[in-house]
Amino acid sequence: MSTSTRLSAPSFAQSTWLVAEREITMRLRSRVFLISTGILLLLVLASILIGGFTAQNSSDDKTPVAVVGTAAQSIGDPASLDVTEAASVEEATELVRDGTVDAAIVPDSSTPLGIGILADTDVPASLVSQLSVSPPVTLLDESAPNPFITYLVSLGFGIVFFMSAMTFGSTIAQNVVEEKQTRVIEILMSAIPVQALLAGKVLGNSILAFGQIAVTAALSIIGLTILGQTDLLTGLGMPIVWFVVFFAIGFVLLASLFAATASMVSRQEDISSTTTPVTMLVMLPYFAVVFFNDNPAVLTVMSYVPFSAPVGMPVRLFLGTAAWWEPLVSLAILLVTTAASIWLGSRIYENSLLKMGARVKWREALNK
Amino acid sequence: MLEIRDVNKHYGTAHVLTDVSFDVEPGRMTGFVGGNGAGKTTTMRIILGVLSSDSGTVALDGAALTPEDRRRFGYMPEERGLYPKMKVEEQLVYLARLHGLSSTAAKRNAGDLLEQLGLGERAGSTVESLSLGNQQRAQIAAALVHDPEVLILDEPFSGLDPLAVDVVVGVLKDRALAGAPVLFSSHQLDIVERLCDDLVIIANGSIRANGSREALRASHSTLRYELISSGDAGWLRSVPGVHVVDFDGSYALFDVDSESTAQAVLRDAIGRGDVATFAPRHPSLAQIFREVIR
Repeated sequence: MSTSTRLSAPSFAQSTWLVAEREITMRLRSRVFLISTGILLLLVLASILIGGFTAQNSSDDKTPVAVVGTAAQSIGDPASLDVTEAASVEEATELVRDGTVDAAIVPDSSTPLGIGILADTDVPASLVSQLSVSPPVTLLDESAPNPFITYLVSLGFGIVFFMSAMTFGSTIAQNVVEEKQTRVIEILMSAIPVQALLAGKVLGNSILAFGQIAVTAALSIIGLTILGQTDLLTGLGMPIVWFVVFFAIGFVLLASLFAATASMVSRQEDISSTTTPVTMLVMLPYFAVVFFNDNPAVLTVMSYVPFSAPVGMPVRLFLGTAAWWEPLVSLAILLVTTAASIWLGSRIYENSLLKMGARVKWREALNK
Repeated sequence: MLEIRDVNKHYGTAHVLTDVSFDVEPGRMTGFVGGNGAGKTTTMRIILGVLSSDSGTVALDGAALTPEDRRRFGYMPEERGLYPKMKVEEQLVYLARLHGLSSTAAKRNAGDLLEQLGLGERAGSTVESLSLGNQQRAQIAAALVHDPEVLILDEPFSGLDPLAVDVVVGVLKDRALAGAPVLFSSHQLDIVERLCDDLVIIANGSIRANGSREALRASHSTLRYELISSGDAGWLRSVPGVHVVDFDGSYALFDVDSESTAQAVLRDAIGRGDVATFAPRHPSLAQIFREVIR
C-alpha cells in the first residue's frame, strides 16, 4: 500500500467535474448523439434557407394588388402586377386584410399624387418602386412583423428547445437508470457524495446541451448573414442571445427533474412511467408556441412560466411586445424555480438510488 | 482497527440489524458469514456509509468515520456492476480518480492491477464484452484500484472458478499483509475456513460468534479424537469414559470424558501396535456455523 500515490480527497467541485467529464466524453463518443445533432443542425439550416428564399422569391413574382377606380392609371408597368379591381376603398381594405392581395392602390385626394397605398404589415417595396413617384404608405397593423416570419421564428425556438431538452434530458434519465440497473451506483456512492454525482450529471449534460444550442444559434446568425437577411438578423440577434441564456438555466431545471424522476425506477423499460410528467413539461412550450404564436395573452403567460419562458420570452422580444425589464423578471423566476427543483430533485435522487425493483413511491422518495 | 459498535437498522417494522458489534483488525482477513438475509450486506453498506444506520457507530482507529475516511475504503458490493459500455482500464482510472488519485497514479494502478489479475490483454475491451469470470475480476480491480486502506468485500469469490479464486485470494492476502483490515463475506464456508484469520458469524441481524478462527474452533470443539492404528480398534468400545462415534476396522472416531482418558487411550493404543494417527478432531466451520446460528 503505497501512501505516496494518495492525494487529499477531491473537493466537491472536483468530484462534480470528474462526473461531468465522464458524461461529456461518453456522450461525444456515441454515434447516435452525433447523428441526431447533425440532423438538428441540418433542420435549422434548412429552415433558414427556405425562409430566406421564400422572402426573396416573393419579390420576383407578380405582386397581387387591388386597385380602386382611377388609381389604376398611375401604375407604370401593369405587367408586373396581378391586379384585382375593387369597387370601393372599403372593399380594397378588406382584400388586404384577408390576404387576397398584398396591397391596395386607392385614390387619396390628400396627397399630391392623388393615390395612396394600403398594406397589411409590410411596406410593399416592390410595388412602391414600380410607381414613378412614391406615394405615402399606410400600414393597417403597424406593430406586428410579418406573420409568416413570426411563425417561422417561433417554430424555430420551439423546435430547438424541444429537441435539445428531449435529447439531453432523456440521456440523463437513461444514465441514471443505467447506474442503478448495473449497480455501479453503490461504488460511486461509497466514493463521492450523492449530490456531487447528481450535480456532475446535470452539469455535464447542460454543457453539452448549451454547446449544441450555441452552435445552432451561431449557425442561424451566419445563415441569415449569408442570405443577406440583415433586417431579420437585427430583430433576431437579441432574442437569440436571450434564448441561449434562458435555455442554459431552463435546461438545468429540466435536467434535475429528469434525473430525480428516473432514479425512482430500476430498469430502462420503466423510465417513461416516472419521467412522463417531465416530458410533458418539455413539450408544453413547443406546442404552445406553434398554436399560440399569434396570441399575445398566451405568449405573455408563457414568457413567465419557468418551463416555457425559454421559448416564450425570446418570441415576445422578437415581436417587440416585451419591455426591457421583463426578461430579467422572468429569468429571476426561472432561477428560483431551478434552485427549488435542484433541492427537491437531489432529495428524491438520494432517497431512491438504492431502492431496487419496483418503482419507488412518491411518498418514499420525498420523505427522509 | 475498524470498530463496529451497537449498530441497529430497521426497514419498516422489520429489524434487520440488532446491536451489531465487532472489530476488523489491521493485517488480518476477517470472514463475515451468515445465511441469506442475515444482515451481511446491510452491515457492509452501513460501514461504507451507503446506507445510514438507526443507531450505533463505525470507527476507524478510535475516530468516527468521515466521508473522507470512506474514500480510502475499497468496496465490492454484492450486486456487481460497472459501466457496460466503458473500457475496463478507462473505468478503473475513473473510479480511482473519484477516490482522489491523480490521473497518473490512477493509470499506473489500473495497469498494474489488471496485469496482476490476468486482465492485461483486456484492458481496452468494454466491460460488456468480457466473460462473466473476467467481469468479476474487473469488479475486484475496481475495489482495489485506489490503494484502499480498508477493504470491505461482499461475496468476492462468488462466480469465480477455482484458479481465479486463488488469484484473488493472493491479491487480498497481499493487501492484508501490507496492514489493511480486510472484511469479506462469503457463502462458501470452505474458502472462508481456508482464508480467514478472524471470523464473524451473523444470524437474523445479530452477531452470534466472533473471534479468531482458532479460538472459535477451540471453544466449539468437543473432546473428540480420531485414531488410526495397525490393529482392529474394536477394543475402544470397552474403555470406560469413551464413546465411539464412528468405527471402521482400524479407524475410530470417539468422544472422551476428559483429557486424561484420551492420553490413557493413546498409551493403550501404542501398546497394542503402531499408531498412524491420533489427533483431536476440531469441528469444521460448517459445523460451528450450524451450531451457533441454531
